[in-house]
Amino acid sequence: MQNLKALSYKLRRDVVEMIMAGKAGHIGGDMSVMETMVSLYFHAMNISPENRNDPNRDMFVLSKGHCVEALYAVLAEKGFFPIEQVIKEYSQFGSKFIGHPNNKLPGIEMNSGSLGHGLPVAVGMALAQKMDGRPSRTYVVMGDGELAEGSVWEGAMSATQYALDNLCAVVDRNRLQISGTTEEVMHQDSVEARFKAFGWNVLSVDGNDIDAMNAAFDEARTVKGKPTLIVANTVKGKGSPVMENKAGWHHHVPTAEEYEQIMKDLEAHEKEVL
Amino acid sequence: MNKITNRQIACEVLSEHARVDRDVVVLCSDSRGSASLAPFAKEFPAQFVEVGIAEQDLVGIAAGLAKCGKKPYAASPASFVSTRSYEQAKVDCAYSNTNVKLIGISGGVSYGALGMSHHSAQDIAAMSAIPNMRVYLPSDRFQTRCLFEALLKDESPAYIRLGRNAVEDVYAEGNCPFEMDKATTVCEGSDALIVACGEMVKPAADAAALLKTQGISATVLDMYCVKPLDAAGLLNAAKGVKLVVTVEEHSPFGGLGSMVSQVIGANDPKKVLNLALPDAPVITGTSKEVFAHYGLDAEGIAKTVRENL
Ligand SMILES: Cc1ncc(C[n+]2csc(CCOP(=O)(O)OP(=O)(O)O)c2C)c(N)n1
Ligand SMILES: [Mg+2]
Repeated sequence: MQNLKALSYKLRRDVVEMIMAGKAGHIGGDMSVMETMVSLYFHAMNISPENRNDPNRDMFVLSKGHCVEALYAVLAEKGFFPIEQVIKEYSQFGSKFIGHPNNKLPGIEMNSGSLGHGLPVAVGMALAQKMDGRPSRTYVVMGDGELAEGSVWEGAMSATQYALDNLCAVVDRNRLQISGTTEEVMHQDSVEARFKAFGWNVLSVDGNDIDAMNAAFDEARTVKGKPTLIVANTVKGKGSPVMENKAGWHHHVPTAEEYEQIMKDLEAHEKEVL
Repeated sequence: MNKITNRQIACEVLSEHARVDRDVVVLCSDSRGSASLAPFAKEFPAQFVEVGIAEQDLVGIAAGLAKCGKKPYAASPASFVSTRSYEQAKVDCAYSNTNVKLIGISGGVSYGALGMSHHSAQDIAAMSAIPNMRVYLPSDRFQTRCLFEALLKDESPAYIRLGRNAVEDVYAEGNCPFEMDKATTVCEGSDALIVACGEMVKPAADAAALLKTQGISATVLDMYCVKPLDAAGLLNAAKGVKLVVTVEEHSPFGGLGSMVSQVIGANDPKKVLNLALPDAPVITGTSKEVFAHYGLDAEGIAKTVRENL
């Protein structure tokens, strides 16, 4: 079995390379969401380059589309495209690897970038899967700052109205957005209580613990009659003290010095869990 | 090379007024950094409203504040504030006639490689189609100052698009001719008329300079007031020229080009060419690369004029 803990740190390094080469990217949220992405693509979801057009594949929407670099890293690792190509082309003139998900690329279902769109779209996907009696599931990942968008709550309502137990949403609860903490900018406590009040099954776990994420996705699959929300409690910038828990690192591009330190820290983490 | 962005100037002017007028209020949707309004938020915590990532809420709250006598300036990326909160702009600002100023920051293709979700190539068309909504795209920092000074004096809704990057000066310190809702003549010529707005005015002026060295003289009109369009100024400038070229960082539909074509077509029919972004997601690149790719830089504009005279 693949060591997904180590993989999460290796893919973080791929993300950092991408951001350094493209001189752009949302590093903080990429780092916090990595275990969620690895758990989805290497544990929970039935998706691969081979079945990417199979109507029975699982569907995924990255609603916090600014963290596309993390998505590129897992998709490359899955074999959708070579990581070298992503690092070379990301954000460059004429590139298909832009700063938000784009479904001209293999493995990407929906375009995103404007926050608050993913959950309603995922509700539509899960509803279609139900209508067609498919065995497949739909997954969507949102940011915690993103939850301020009213459309999220419209989607949350419709998901329980249609009893979409094939829908699993994740909130990357890193407690930061661009302008500061979520509590300062627009309070979110308690995300758990809010979604419960909307009729969802809610799990709250350590979102940077791959085992906890795997277990949460497994449990979500067993819950019938309602959708599941996984509150992934994470650290923004996870992997190096240089960037951890700092609002300023939402889309900061590391300096050469910061880059050296971050790569050292990520390698150390990787070795530790190998 | 100017390093001061138009959004920094907007923050400066709003701060100057906020110091003496407690009704001047700024609203942001997790956008104070991108709007360059962090200094305002810091200096005037009691006149600053943060709504989080919720653009509909942003514009609705601004309308409510305006109804009760405040002078709200709601600033959020142009892509989101012009379309996510479109209905709030239409109903709560324009239709109810509340004194809300919507500031669309990082307009056009400012966000470059972030892609179409972050580009606002529809904002002029969308906002102009709303009765009682005015649309302004200032060209440089000096004009931005004049425009905000004028807006602070009036009491009806408006949408102002500002770019992300610093733009080279079109005018000069202490010499920025400005009359509200009247286009500004940047330079005068007799062969062609180039009408531009926002960040396209500088390349249009550079194109005219380039054309001059090639024996072609062109007038450049800075139509910062896209709505209400200065039709009289436009017709006056178009008198006698053989060709009118419009330049805008916008979709080819429903923007400056469409409006100029309507006025010229109805009053002084002649060839009008619209230079704009394509009706497609734009190529990945910085705004500079994107402009060059679609002929929206000085060389491209000059070429269009030269080849169509
Ligand atoms: C509708 C919309 N408004 C504003 C933005 C600009 N924006 C991009 S990322 C971001 C902050 C996101 O914070 P959060 O959802 O907490 O994501 P994370 O912390 O995981 O990066 C904002 C405001 C956007 N992309 N879409
Ligand atoms: Mg967050």
